[in-house]
Amino acid sequence: MAFEGLTGRLQDAFSALRKKGKVTEQDVRDVMREVRLALLEADVNYKVVRDFVRTVRDKAIGEEVLNSLSAGQQVVKIVNDEMTKLMGGEQEKIIFSERPPTVYMMIGLQGAGKTTTAGKLANYLRKHENKKPLLVAADIYRPAAIDQLQTIGKELEMPVFSMGDQVSPVEIAKRGVQQAKDENRDVVIIDTAGRLHIDEGLMDELSEIKTVVDPDEVFLVVDAMTGQDAVNVAQSFNEKLEISSVILTKLDGDTRGGAALSIRAVTEKPIKFTGTGEKLDALEPFYPERMANRILGMGDILTLIERAQQEVDEDRAREMAEKMKENTYDLNDFIEQMDQVRNMGPLEDLIKMIPGMNNVPGLDQMQVDPKDLDHMKAIVLSMTPDERQDPDVLSQKRRKRISNGSARPLVEVNRLIKQFKESKKMMSKVSKGNMSGMEGLLGNGPKGKMSKLAMKTMTRKANKNKKKIKKKKK
Amino acid sequence: MGLFDKIKKAFTGVEDKPVEKVEKTEEANLGEIDKYEKGLEKSRSSFSRKMNELFANFRYIDEDFFEDLEDILIESDVGFEATMEISDKLRYEAQVNNVKSMKDAERVIVETMVDMYGEVSPDSESIHFNKDGLTIILFVGVNGVGKTTTIAKMAHQFKEEGKKVLLVAGDTFRAGAIEQLKVWGSRVGAEVVSTKQGGDPAAVVFDGIKQAQDQQADVLFIDTAGRLQNKKNLMNELDKMKRVITREIPDAPHEVLLVLDATTGQNALNQAKQFRETTNVTGIVLTKLDGTAKGGIVLAIGKELGIPVKFVGLGETMNDLRPFNTEKFVYGLFSELIRDTL
Repeated sequence: MAFEGLTGRLQDAFSALRKKGKVTEQDVRDVMREVRLALLEADVNYKVVRDFVRTVRDKAIGEEVLNSLSAGQQVVKIVNDEMTKLMGGEQEKIIFSERPPTVYMMIGLQGAGKTTTAGKLANYLRKHENKKPLLVAADIYRPAAIDQLQTIGKELEMPVFSMGDQVSPVEIAKRGVQQAKDENRDVVIIDTAGRLHIDEGLMDELSEIKTVVDPDEVFLVVDAMTGQDAVNVAQSFNEKLEISSVILTKLDGDTRGGAALSIRAVTEKPIKFTGTGEKLDALEPFYPERMANRILGMGDILTLIERAQQEVDEDRAREMAEKMKENTYDLNDFIEQMDQVRNMGPLEDLIKMIPGMNNVPGLDQMQVDPKDLDHMKAIVLSMTPDERQDPDVLSQKRRKRISNGSARPLVEVNRLIKQFKESKKMMSKVSKGNMSGMEGLLGNGPKGKMSKLAMKTMTRKANKNKKKIKKKKK
Repeated sequence: MGLFDKIKKAFTGVEDKPVEKVEKTEEANLGEIDKYEKGLEKSRSSFSRKMNELFANFRYIDEDFFEDLEDILIESDVGFEATMEISDKLRYEAQVNNVKSMKDAERVIVETMVDMYGEVSPDSESIHFNKDGLTIILFVGVNGVGKTTTIAKMAHQFKEEGKKVLLVAGDTFRAGAIEQLKVWGSRVGAEVVSTKQGGDPAAVVFDGIKQAQDQQADVLFIDTAGRLQNKKNLMNELDKMKRVITREIPDAPHEVLLVLDATTGQNALNQAKQFRETTNVTGIVLTKLDGTAKGGIVLAIGKELGIPVKFVGLGETMNDLRPFNTEKFVYGLFSELIRDTL
């Protein structure tokens, strides 16, 4: 996942500070020098780094901080706050027009991911905002760009407007919007061709499209792996076209994410979404605070909870918990839960959202092959209903049959049954309130403490959030 | 002799070789140098301006100067490691009193930088062809770097040289990828071997090799789906494709080209590392250099991993993909600055 490299370097820098009983001005300066290098190495724009380091240093050197007992933690908190501010502070919502259709333009360099993001955005708006988007294929230059958008449209069962590649993009955009009006689609997403920010001819073409369709949002799509050039690109596009927001793509890579930290500061335009995977539902709203937490290695419990809420039916979850308590949890429930977890996203990403988890050594290397889950499912599905409910009946003979039926080796069948029994034991323990053995998960030492602190603040926030949601429901 | 001295000699006309010979090569090179100078114009101009400003504003070399210098270098995408190296070198030279004026400082900086590029790819390396029979070139890289476009351009150039070229649409994942390669195939006049979207990429690679052998093609280009280097499953898939190739022709693929986007920052180093681990990358194609990016990260890649840059993309037309030439590249990046120090 993105930012890991940066997180590691920052945590090393701060751990020196945390070991100190008393923090001096010189200590802060030393740490901030490390922070400067860490940020520069993560491709954060040099100007942004300079201002950031100066602000944090000035605030941290203030007397109350240095004299307090937990000076080290205070400095980390200042860094966290400033980083949140740097990325825009509050989350900003996508703009809808009061008079539909709402029109969006996707612009950016070649290969940033505009077409895929257009599809993801359409899917997101339908799922979460109840919109009926129309995709408009205005990239007439790249071979098969229109095919690409049409394929995505087919996959999403979403209409795509195209006029082939012999008509000017301005005309396509104009007619696309008209089509949306005629067919009562309330959102129009115009996919434009990738272009260099210095290509004046093509930039003029974008301005022309903008004048004609008068979009509610102009999204600049930026590859999160972009280096120092990200700022040049964003600035040029912004000067020429006055972008309204930014979408960062490919954040599921292992980039240190400098672009994420610089772009807001340089363009003063908010980042609204991030692309986090190859699938068409891998688009997430951008929350500066959560991102800052993630960068500093504090995990992101809120996103984890939200994803769980989206995928898990509350009543069903309660039923499941009841089953765990009564020890009637069976293999049917097991695969059902497996599917739910899988729908929430790649397992390795989910684990890393748990505060403290990215300090567990070796975890950054962990990858769960989705096929493993498929294999487990195949094994369970090869069992009879009776066997699924009561795995104790599984004799060697039956296991052999299941192994044949699911085309998985016998050892795998045995392993699954063993794992299931163990997790069942664990579950009944945990649901009865016995949490022994769980504390160790958060790790020990100074990093562990930080995680615990993060966990506490997070759960507090999560509870607050829950209350809010409940209030809304009333 | 460092690369800097070489270039300097070329421009001051002091050359060891007989004069006639120089003129001849210069004439032949002129068009090529122009291409580099023009393609890298945007990358160069802002950098030269900023360096000149820096030199004009400072009278002494002190810590502030170094911070400003580091900022300019990093901003200009020279890369983190290289920046620190240049800054350290200048610190050292200043300490031992080799730098007495801003002019000296400028010379040290430009010289260090130029020599660094020279060290990375000392000689221009071209494609290794299989002398007797089919040459297989595999293209790998993350999403959106320009793999398919690069294949099209290279295929076009090889066709011009009279080679029989076959393309394999190994990107069966991204929507429209197969069509994209087909359009290019018909434009450059090369047959495309493909399957349907979602098909097994290793299988289509196998088909491609068989067809190339049947038709006695000279070069087989294999396009692959873009994949982020930290996705282990996707990297395993790539490994499988490579295994299929090697099983059919033991010394193939003859080249594995990693396509890198010049606008990518430090992450390019991770990309190079991971892709080399899975596919034994033999060279780099640096695309999109006609923007404002300088691709400074290739310095770090060359230094740390020793993978040479073989091609650079300097523009959008078919002929703007050029074999990489260190001297010309460096001259394209720094021409004003080099002239200043002469």
